[in-house]
Amino acid sequence: MPDLKADLKRWQETTLQRTLDRSPERKPAFTTDSGIPVKSLYTSLDAPSADYLESVGFPGEFPYTRGVYPSMYRGQLWTMRQYAGFGAAEETNRRFRYLLERGSTGLSIAFDLPTQLGLDSDDPLAEGAVGRVGVAVDTLADMETIFQGIPLDKVSTSMTINATAPILLAMYIAVGEKQGVAQAKLTGTTQNDILKEFIARGTYIFPPEPSLKLALDIVEYCFGQVPRWNTMNIAGYHIREAGADAIQELAFTLADAITYIEKARERGLDVDEFAPRLSYSLGCFRDLFEEVAKYRAARRLFARIMKERFGAKDPRSYLFRTFSGSCGSTLVSQQPLNNIVRVTMHALMGALGGHQAIHTACWDEGYAIPSESAAQIALRTQQILAYESGVANTIDPLAGSYYVESLTNEIETRAQAYLERIDAMGGMLKAIDSGFISREIQESSIRYQKQVDSGEKVIVGLNRFQEEEQAAGTMELFQVDPAVEARQRGTLSALRAGRDQNAVSSALAELDAVIGRNENVMPVVIRAVKAYATVGEISAVMRRAWGEYRSPAYI
Amino acid sequence: MDSMGARKIRVLLAKVGLDGHDRGVKTVARYLADSGMEVIFTGLRSTPEQVVEAAVQEDVDVVGLSFLAGDHMTLAPRVIDGLRQRGLHALVVLGGVIPQRDIPALEQTGTARVFLPGTPPERIVEYIRGTVELNPGT
Repeated sequence: MPDLKADLKRWQETTLQRTLDRSPERKPAFTTDSGIPVKSLYTSLDAPSADYLESVGFPGEFPYTRGVYPSMYRGQLWTMRQYAGFGAAEETNRRFRYLLERGSTGLSIAFDLPTQLGLDSDDPLAEGAVGRVGVAVDTLADMETIFQGIPLDKVSTSMTINATAPILLAMYIAVGEKQGVAQAKLTGTTQNDILKEFIARGTYIFPPEPSLKLALDIVEYCFGQVPRWNTMNIAGYHIREAGADAIQELAFTLADAITYIEKARERGLDVDEFAPRLSYSLGCFRDLFEEVAKYRAARRLFARIMKERFGAKDPRSYLFRTFSGSCGSTLVSQQPLNNIVRVTMHALMGALGGHQAIHTACWDEGYAIPSESAAQIALRTQQILAYESGVANTIDPLAGSYYVESLTNEIETRAQAYLERIDAMGGMLKAIDSGFISREIQESSIRYQKQVDSGEKVIVGLNRFQEEEQAAGTMELFQVDPAVEARQRGTLSALRAGRDQNAVSSALAELDAVIGRNENVMPVVIRAVKAYATVGEISAVMRRAWGEYRSPAYI
Repeated sequence: MDSMGARKIRVLLAKVGLDGHDRGVKTVARYLADSGMEVIFTGLRSTPEQVVEAAVQEDVDVVGLSFLAGDHMTLAPRVIDGLRQRGLHALVVLGGVIPQRDIPALEQTGTARVFLPGTPPERIVEYIRGTVELNPGT
C-alpha cells in the first residue's frame, strides 16, 4: 500500500510533528513491560491483511491464533478455577465447598511444601511448614477428607504438584474409586512440570533424569487408563514470577514442552497419543496488550512446532490449551485494596487472551493465606467480567488491532529466536544445566528491579502515589490455625497405628523392584496409597533409588 | 581485603526451610555484591544447622534469611540460637513475606531488622553498611 506509507510519513512530518514541537511526548521512548519498542501509531502496514489466513486464520483451525476451539466462550465460558488449600484436609474441604457454592467451576489444590517435597508431616524437616502454603496430605485418608461431599465426576481438579505428582494422582484415582467414579471418567490436571522446578520454583527432589521418568510415567499411564486427564500443565507462570520477561516466559515454556515431547517419543509413545492431553499455563502480568499478544503468539508458535517439528497429525495435538493466572509478583503490599483492580486487569487479559481456565489472585495474598471474603471478591471479579462486561460475546476481540497483531508477530519472532539459541546449545536440559536459563531470568529480574528503583517503571503505591503506610496490623488477616501441625501429626500417627503394615511394606518393596526394572511406577504407587502408605514413605523409596538433586546456587 | 586494607563486609544469604522462591534473595545478593560486599548464598533448602555452620566457617558479619512460606517463627530463632552457641555475633536480618504481627517477637529473639516486600534493595544495602560499620566487631 504505497499511498498509506506516503500518507503516514506526511502525517508524522506535519500534523504530528507540529504538536511534538509544541509539547513533546511524556517519555523519550515507549516500550512494553518486557522492553519491546512501541510506536506512537500502528496501521495496516504493521499487520498486512495478506498474511491473515496463514498467520491468523479462524478459531479452532490451524494455526489457532484466534483460539483453540471454534466457538470459544460463546459455547462455554472459561473455567473459573481458584487456587486454594491450607491447613489440614478439613479446612481445605470447607474452603472448596465455599468456592463451589459460590459458582466456582473447577478446583485447584495448593499443597503444603512437605507434601510437594515428599516429606511426612512428622518429618523434622517439615517443622513449621505443615499446612502453611497449602494443605497437608500425608495419606489417602487426607485426600478422602478433602473431597468429602465433592463428587469427582462433577468437578475437575487441578493439582499444583510436581516432584510427588504420581503419588497425589494415585490418591485422586483411589478417592474416585471409593466414590464409585472410574478413573476413565476423572477430569483434571496434574501440573507435573518438573523442568520449571529446576528453573524457577525449586520444589524438585530427584535429579533431572529420574524426575523426567516419573513425569512421563504419568503421561504414559493416563494415556491408557485416565484418558480425560491433563497429564501435564507446562507452566511459564512460575518462570515469569522468577523474573523472566514475557518473551523468555513463552520461549522457556515451549522449550520445556519440546523436551517432554522428545523424551516421551524416546519412550516409544506416539506424539498424537499424548500431546492432546498436555496443557499449558502462562501468567497474567501487567501490560494488557503484550500479554494478550503473548497468548496469541503462543498458540500459533506451538501449533507450528507440533506440526512441523514433531509431525503431529491429530489436530488436538496442536492445541495450546491454557490455565492462566494472576502473577502474584505484580501485587503490591502497599495500599493492598488496589490489588483488586490489578486482578481485574489480569482476568481481562486472560479472557481477551482466550484461556480455558483462569485463576484470579486475592488482594490480601501478599500478606497471608487469603481470607474467605478476599477469595470471594477474586471469584466475583471473574463473574463480573464474564457476565456483565460483554468481553465473552465474541471470539478473540482484539484480533485485527494493528498493534496487537504486530505485537503478536514480534513476540513470536523473539521467542523463536530464543528457541533457536537453546537448540544450538543442545536443548533445554543442557541450557538449564549450564546455568544459561537461570542467568537469563536473573538478568531480566535485576533489570526490572532497576527500572522500579529509578521510577522508570511505575508501581502505584510503591514508587509513586505513596500514602503514609496504614498499620497493616489492623487488617483482618487470615491465620492458619497454629495447632494444625500438631493435629496433623496426631492424625498421621493414629493412621500408622491402625493400618495393615504388611500391605504397606509389600507395596513399598514392590515399588523398589519396579524402579529397579525401570517400569512405570503408577500401578504400584496406586497400590501403595490404597494401603495408606504415606507420601514420605513412598518418596523415601524413590530417594534411596535415585538420590536427591542439589542445585548449584547462581547469584 | 581491598586495596585500602579495610575488610569487606561479609554477608551470608540463605533460604532456610523448604520454600524454593529465590527471586528476592537473589536480587538482594546482587545489590549487596554490586555495593562491594562479599556475598555467599547457600542455595535452596538449607537447614538452620547448615546456615550456622556456613556462617561460622565464612566468618560473616551479616546473616540474611529469606522467608516466603510462613515458617519464619520456627526457623529464624533456630539460626540465631545456633549462631550464639557458636559465638558468632553476626547481624541477623530477615526479608520476605512476614506478617507485621510477628515482627516484635522476631526482634525480641535477636533479629535486627525485617525487610518487607517493596523495600528498595538500596535501603537494605544502606542499612547493612551503616549498622556493620558503626558497630565493628559486634
